[in-house]
Amino acid sequence: MEWDALLLSRLQFAFTVGFHIIFPAFTIGLASFLAVLEGLWLFTKRPVFKNLYLFWVKIFALSFGMGVVSGVVMSYQFGTNWSVFSAITGSVMGPLLAYEVLTAFFLEASFLGIMLFGWKRVGPGLHFFSTCMVAVGTLFSAFWILAANSWMQTPQGWAWAEDGTMIATSFMDVIFNPSLPSRFAHMVLAAYLTTAMVVAGASAFALLKKRALAESRVALRMAVLMMALVTPVQIMAGHESGIVAGEHQPAKVAALEGWWETRTQQPSVLVGWPDEEAETNHFEIAIPGFGSTVNNAGPDVVLPGLDQFAEEERPPVWLTFWAFRVMVGMGLAMLVLGLWGAVAWALKRLDGATWYHRALVLAGPSGFIAVLTGWITAEVGRQPYVVYGVLRTADAVSPVPTGSVATSLLFFIVVYGIVFTAGALYILRLMAKGPEGEETPPQSHQPPGTPLGAAIKEAH
Amino acid sequence: MFGLELSMIWAVLIAVAVFLYVALDGFDLGVGILFPFAKDARERDQMQASIAPVWDGNETWLVLWRRRLCSRRSKAYAALMPALYLPIFLMLLALIFRGVAFEFRHHGRERGKKWWTFAFSAGSIVATIAQGLVLGGFVQGIAIEGEVFVGGPLDWLTPFSLLVAASLVAGYALLGAAWIVFKAQGELAERARRWVKQLALLTALAMGAVSLATLGVDARVTERWGLTMTSVDWPVFIQLAPLPVLAGVILFLLWRGIEERKFLRPYLYAVCLFLIGYVGLAVSLWPYIIPFAMTPADAAAADNALQLMLVGALVMLPIILAYTAFVYWTFRAKVDDHAAYH
Repeated sequence: MEWDALLLSRLQFAFTVGFHIIFPAFTIGLASFLAVLEGLWLFTKRPVFKNLYLFWVKIFALSFGMGVVSGVVMSYQFGTNWSVFSAITGSVMGPLLAYEVLTAFFLEASFLGIMLFGWKRVGPGLHFFSTCMVAVGTLFSAFWILAANSWMQTPQGWAWAEDGTMIATSFMDVIFNPSLPSRFAHMVLAAYLTTAMVVAGASAFALLKKRALAESRVALRMAVLMMALVTPVQIMAGHESGIVAGEHQPAKVAALEGWWETRTQQPSVLVGWPDEEAETNHFEIAIPGFGSTVNNAGPDVVLPGLDQFAEEERPPVWLTFWAFRVMVGMGLAMLVLGLWGAVAWALKRLDGATWYHRALVLAGPSGFIAVLTGWITAEVGRQPYVVYGVLRTADAVSPVPTGSVATSLLFFIVVYGIVFTAGALYILRLMAKGPEGEETPPQSHQPPGTPLGAAIKEAH
Repeated sequence: MFGLELSMIWAVLIAVAVFLYVALDGFDLGVGILFPFAKDARERDQMQASIAPVWDGNETWLVLWRRRLCSRRSKAYAALMPALYLPIFLMLLALIFRGVAFEFRHHGRERGKKWWTFAFSAGSIVATIAQGLVLGGFVQGIAIEGEVFVGGPLDWLTPFSLLVAASLVAGYALLGAAWIVFKAQGELAERARRWVKQLALLTALAMGAVSLATLGVDARVTERWGLTMTSVDWPVFIQLAPLPVLAGVILFLLWRGIEERKFLRPYLYAVCLFLIGYVGLAVSLWPYIIPFAMTPADAAAADNALQLMLVGALVMLPIILAYTAFVYWTFRAKVDDHAAYH
């Protein structure tokens, strides 16, 4: 491995995008959560929702700010470090990214001002509208980014132009490429779950410390509801995403499954140590034949292993394999926590379930870990291509001197280290303090007949 | 033929986006540049409160500009970015510190607050200097052979680009000071009025210096203006002479606006001053999109990409401008002592 501009640019991109994705993953879910809280407050007039809103909006502001600044960096790196990629794919991907700015960024940035600073300047209806616009903006943004990234995974609707760049033959085909639906669903649900895990962790912590009891009980129930209902759907979305990848990116699936041999009845490898030299997994524990079942293949269907692909066509196996397992592990943990919470809730023991609360505090970052490892699986599994099957990563890098990239990477590590440590510290400090818990006066006006209504009732 | 026209429309739209960025983010960067000259923490809080609800939207024009370049000028962009790698990277680092400082200043305790106050100000200054270096490096020309950058990583660092950077600091500070005149009251507003006067003179001097220096950049610029070190080609120069004359008039109006204690006018005149500098630059460089190497038609992306973008821009830009205006209207009032967080 040579420390050239290519490797350094890849490291820099991985480092900056890895930091960046944490914030959108959190703020997409948090924006929707805030919109729901404010809507409930307007509808029920119960101060507990207002207190929760005013608490989480502070955390939102901090996370959003960090997401914006790390996002501007991402945006520029396409040009600075991957200028060849930009030049070749610009006529296809450029409009998608520009539509993100036009439909999402301005919407978020403008209404964020009213959301954060307009509490006393505009009426409650308009303020709620602003919160909703910010939430909608985050979803638009996710759509365009996933459209662009999914096109890089499963490119279609393009042709080579005479000058060696790509042009779109159909933008509908480019945008609605085969992997977009499942991957967009998978990412949005991941963002919602990430937020639910953080809200659950923070609320459980407050309950353990006996602070802001009314607020924390309501927030905990909202998070448990999200976990219990959405985790199973998310597992199905992930499964669907895997099936699509199997059709279009068989090398990625072979790597993440740890299949070296092309055969029928592929095993489901639970754990193992993939060895790319020896082309085998050491210390493997596997369920024979179950891998084919999971991938919707009958007992006689031959599924490709890595032996189908020349070495220079294979993604890095170890990283893809393990990133995938960590992601799935986090998903299963969320499933268990969701069920545990639902059962405790049904037994009316949710508020006193100390061990459950401790488990939730521990699982607070599980969504972030799942998002990071999920993206590592998707992006490392796409290698050695940047546009799958078309453009190699090695051919996409800018003609920038190694020294320049080394300098910028070093500075990014130091600056991100300072900035995001401080940001995390401020967020954790806010969470440790918890919402400003006023004693909520009893209210009779509650949304009837909804699970949330029940949640609110029980919280009293 | 249609393709060429389309690429010219884009060149114009990009020029508008760049100018909107300068006029809007210019004032909030300028407020950061003026931070060290505030009397105390209370004044700094007021200064920051005057830009807090709008800075994020302002900075989005920077991203739009980049994305536009990426999609519609993909070749120009690919040639430009490696050439200006280091100053762009410096700008990004500075914008990180400055961007998070808005929130972090309110969450830090004593030492933290001091540090983030410093980071906000230093970040604003460094980001402005870096933008000046990018502009200077861009105007003086970039070594391109075929469609590839062939120069060195420090080509942008010249006396010319340093002069442009210093001028931009003065210019943004002028926008910032004029914005504070608009938003602040009492002692801070008085102080800002004095800043505007000093900075207006400084900016005018800087614009003059940069204009003269630009003439020395390339023979084509000299020809365009009809000016050389020793002679003036009057028939050519007279056509363009209204620009410097107009700059003088606007400077006078700006000065009078301050004397007459107008609130918004000084800022608008300062924007006009920027507009004249911008038009002057465009006159010098026309028709190149990368000075003396690429024209818009050379650099444009495929036609169907341009058309799709044109549709998007025509539909979305009016909507964006409408709600941006709405946000500015919502926060039109002067900031007061209680205009603190949330």
